[in-house]
Amino acid sequence: MIQIQGIHKWFGTHHVLKGVDLTIKEGETIVIIGRSGCGKSVLLKHIMAILEPDEGDIRIDGSSMFSMKSEEQDQFRLKLGMLFQGAALFDSLTVRENVGFSLLEHTKLSEETISQKVLEKLRMVGLEGVENLMPASLSGGMKKRVGLARAICNEPEIILYDEPTTGLDPINADVINELILSMQKQLEVISIVVTHDMTSAYKVADRIAMLYEGRIIGIGTPDEIKNSPDPIIQQFITGSARGPITDKQQKETESL
Amino acid sequence: MTDWNDLRRTVSVRVWLQKFGAGCLDIFQGAGGIALLFRDTCVLLASKRIRWRATLDQMNKIGVQSLPLVFLTAFFTGMVLALQSAYQLRLFSAQQFTSDLISVSLCRELGPVLTAMVVAGRVGASIAAELGTMKVTEQIDALSTLATNPVRYLVVPRFIAALFMLFILTIYADCIGMFGGYLIAVFKLGMSSHEYIMRGFKALVVKDVVTGLIKAFFFGGIISVVGCYFGFTARGGAEGVGRATTLAVVVSLIMVIASDALFSAIFYFI
Repeated sequence: MIQIQGIHKWFGTHHVLKGVDLTIKEGETIVIIGRSGCGKSVLLKHIMAILEPDEGDIRIDGSSMFSMKSEEQDQFRLKLGMLFQGAALFDSLTVRENVGFSLLEHTKLSEETISQKVLEKLRMVGLEGVENLMPASLSGGMKKRVGLARAICNEPEIILYDEPTTGLDPINADVINELILSMQKQLEVISIVVTHDMTSAYKVADRIAMLYEGRIIGIGTPDEIKNSPDPIIQQFITGSARGPITDKQQKETESL
Repeated sequence: MTDWNDLRRTVSVRVWLQKFGAGCLDIFQGAGGIALLFRDTCVLLASKRIRWRATLDQMNKIGVQSLPLVFLTAFFTGMVLALQSAYQLRLFSAQQFTSDLISVSLCRELGPVLTAMVVAGRVGASIAAELGTMKVTEQIDALSTLATNPVRYLVVPRFIAALFMLFILTIYADCIGMFGGYLIAVFKLGMSSHEYIMRGFKALVVKDVVTGLIKAFFFGGIISVVGCYFGFTARGGAEGVGRATTLAVVVSLIMVIASDALFSAIFYFI
């Protein structure tokens, strides 16, 4: 279980997260939606402990990574896997070395065992025969799949997805959605998906939470969110150009 | 009216002070960041888990691939030094001191400083650009998520490689520079080969060579840590990487020259 308690984060004078509270249950897929730049990725990086909050705490199975020493933190991080927005594959390594990175760095398994594990994970994400290619020669969708294979290589208990369908064509986006669902079924992990793609959100989510102005303003099942009376949530999920979000933004721009 | 307001802004003392303050803060933040990265690197260096394969790879990139550039720089500097010193020494009929001057000035000063400058331009820029690109494409965050310390993985191999390679490149530059001077002294100034070599080596004392090599060692550390720091702090896509690269070269050149002055002063009194 993940408990996010009152997370505040400032970047200089910019107050990005203003007290985020969220509890994520075992085996649940939660989708965090919100506008670009509202702090969704920042929240994800806090869960991974790449960023430290200015206030608040995050507890994963009761323990907080922020109070650990850096080596304990590294060990704990192996429980988590993260798929980055641009896949963030290491340019100088082959697909095999990318996917097997944490095994090569942190275990004493033989090259052969690692290769087998890499092939198995690549097969899980629907890729075969690419293990000797360099990331530069892969398409966007393939990069995301290799990124996902790398995230699950260590058999994590929690998988974080940062905008997994952004920049992909609708078919590839749906392939990734299917993969998120199949990971959920096969590995029984907690999945946290950050996105602003509503099709993806409805398809994969057990619950959807909306982040707006640094706070969670609504949380519920996809149906509850669809029928939410909150005009801000309604404007976002219907993708309307007019509504409370844009009105507020316009007022702020005028006051400048 | 707008022009008047622009003018008022330009001459406003408050704006000047704001800019001065912001500049000072940037400098202190950078200096602190570089010092902290240096500390982290040294702590990890002591922990003994070093990636030797990556270190050898970096030694090839930083050292072996810089050889042609260092060769050309040292060779031509040696030649120019011979010509310019002979031009002045001729006034006192002291041309035979050309080789003394070349060997001492190369070993004490020009060998390490020129090598460091050439390497700062070539290697410092490439380290900052590579790490900067990794930073803006989230590869450095990805390293952390895979439970790997980015400083251990990226900085330590570059730091060790730069320390040793600058040391070796400087020895190489000293020899090549003296060879460049030899060609001018023997074929243009009419010195005998024997005289050039004998005088050149006699003029040198162990301290000259050792102080030059100590400097080289430190310059290697400066170039690698500064390059890595600006790579790690790059943000904002291609423009940010470009800015990080420029800053890495400028700051390492300034630090090389400033620390050279400091070392020269220390060694003068020792």
